[in-house]
Amino acid sequence: MKFSQAVKMAFMALRSNKVRSFLTMLGIIIGVIAVTLLISVVEGATGEITGQIESLGSNLIHVQLPAGRQTYLTLGDLQRLEQEESIFGATGVITRTGNVSAGVESDSFRVEGVTARYQHITGQVVAEGRFICDIDVQAHTYNAVVGIEAAKELFGTANCTGNKLDINGYGFTVVGVLEESATMLANKDMVLLIPLTTAQRLFYNKEFDSLYISAVSPEQVETAESVTEEFLIREIGEDSGYSIINQSAIISVMNEVMGVMTILLSGIAAISLLVGGIGIMNIMLVSVTERTREIGIRKAIGAQRSDILSQFLIEAVVLSLSGGAVGLALSFLALNALGMAMEISMAMSAGTVALALGFSAFVGIVFGIYPAGKAANLRPIDALRYE
Amino acid sequence: MIELKNVTKTYQMGEVQVNALDGVSVSVAYGEFVAVVGPSGSGKSTLMNIIGCLDLAEDGDYRLNGRLIGDYSEKQLSEIRNKEIGFIFQQFNLLSKLTAYQNVELPLIYQGLPLAERKERTRDSLAKVGLSDRMSHRPVELSGGQQQRVAIARALSTNPALILADEPTGNLDSRSGREIMNLLISLHKEGKGIILITHDADIAAMASRRLYMKDGRIEKDSAAGGDGA
Repeated sequence: MKFSQAVKMAFMALRSNKVRSFLTMLGIIIGVIAVTLLISVVEGATGEITGQIESLGSNLIHVQLPAGRQTYLTLGDLQRLEQEESIFGATGVITRTGNVSAGVESDSFRVEGVTARYQHITGQVVAEGRFICDIDVQAHTYNAVVGIEAAKELFGTANCTGNKLDINGYGFTVVGVLEESATMLANKDMVLLIPLTTAQRLFYNKEFDSLYISAVSPEQVETAESVTEEFLIREIGEDSGYSIINQSAIISVMNEVMGVMTILLSGIAAISLLVGGIGIMNIMLVSVTERTREIGIRKAIGAQRSDILSQFLIEAVVLSLSGGAVGLALSFLALNALGMAMEISMAMSAGTVALALGFSAFVGIVFGIYPAGKAANLRPIDALRYE
Repeated sequence: MIELKNVTKTYQMGEVQVNALDGVSVSVAYGEFVAVVGPSGSGKSTLMNIIGCLDLAEDGDYRLNGRLIGDYSEKQLSEIRNKEIGFIFQQFNLLSKLTAYQNVELPLIYQGLPLAERKERTRDSLAKVGLSDRMSHRPVELSGGQQQRVAIARALSTNPALILADEPTGNLDSRSGREIMNLLISLHKEGKGIILITHDADIAAMASRRLYMKDGRIEKDSAAGGDGA
């Protein structure tokens, strides 16, 4: 028997039992929707986030200095680092947690002691007022610049320039509010910035906790990073426990996390495909029993074992593949709607389509082979006698 | 063309062993019209199943056109059923979801014939049984006699030399039954070999040779002058 004839027969059999065929397909439809939606959403979100990070420019390098260890690094040392061709600027930061209160509001916030250069290096934008300036650092003034979220929490508004607040019991004046941070590496939305020298006094600490270094351009980040590394080895020693982070490292970490997420989610979705496959097997077994007499007649008039096998196998594959196609179409619509609602492009990749179709065909074969084999192995005489 | 030698077949019916065929030896020549007569349980259907290659003999030899059927693979048996034997059953055994045309075409599909040839043969067979105007009807839309004629057309479509009919008139009223018998008689005249199972003496009388079966044995064979017909 020719293949095209077998496919025709399969469609005929499935059409004659429309409701049952649809319900059987439903398992696969739902499974395919789950797989494609989850993968596409994660892929779309990953693209969106990495796109955002990349669009910010990735010339920032963050160095976490070893905690609780004297490094004796000074601003003078950093100025020497700034002499390097690939480096635009370098600054040190003291980071502590401080008890901050403004009026009745009181909470713990991260407080960073910074220099004026910090603004240019990290690209922070002041929404209101001004940033910490050189005079603040020289005169160790009690002025503070607050992150926008911190401002809202402390004062209930982003417009809080001129307001007073206390850090660890010392009175500060708010001189500026930062714009919402657009970067992950130097997100200061919940941070209070004070002059570096004031922080040294406030926290009884002269040592930097971390460094912010920016390369002259995104292309120079790698060179800047190795220059920084050489500088650190020279100044504080190779095994001192510092760590250098840049944006591309963050992106690759994030991609890794998203990759794991994709595998995890599609694994869960694959279980629903598996359940759909079991549904197909179940129905095919029922169908074989119901059609025992039909199988007997077919064998009596000359159907080979392989004819019966392929007939039932093709029925199972047609069921699962049509389910897969319907599922794909539905998730395509759902993705478009979702993409429009979230304003994120969530295109279904060709790989996802191939995966969904391949998997549903695979499910059809795997779960169709047993019922089909059962049908093919019926002895014509027994099948004909079956009532 | 058919040669059985000491063929036996036993069935396990619960605890009891039934000797459906108990050493049957008979030969039937090309183009003979043979009626197999006997009470139910006498082994007529088992005999026909073995002749039709639907079942294999347990012991003894069955030769069809000189070939020893017991040595054949399942695949070869399917081919013999397809090309050399046409079956007609008491319950018609048409596929209910297919039209008359599709039912008749089915054995030709299994033969792998191209569309044009299938079309021609299917139409010819249906014309032969006088159902050219009922081709797109499903079995439920046809009378019993018409259904049996579709079944005969299906048996004829592959142009087999031998037709096996298992009580073909058993489910029909006497008028349709007569029509079917006339059809079989005319097929016999065209040269087809026919083996017919029946327990109706009138129908058996239309055959040129009668085998009487009882308890899995052939008791009388009219060709041997057993019944004086």
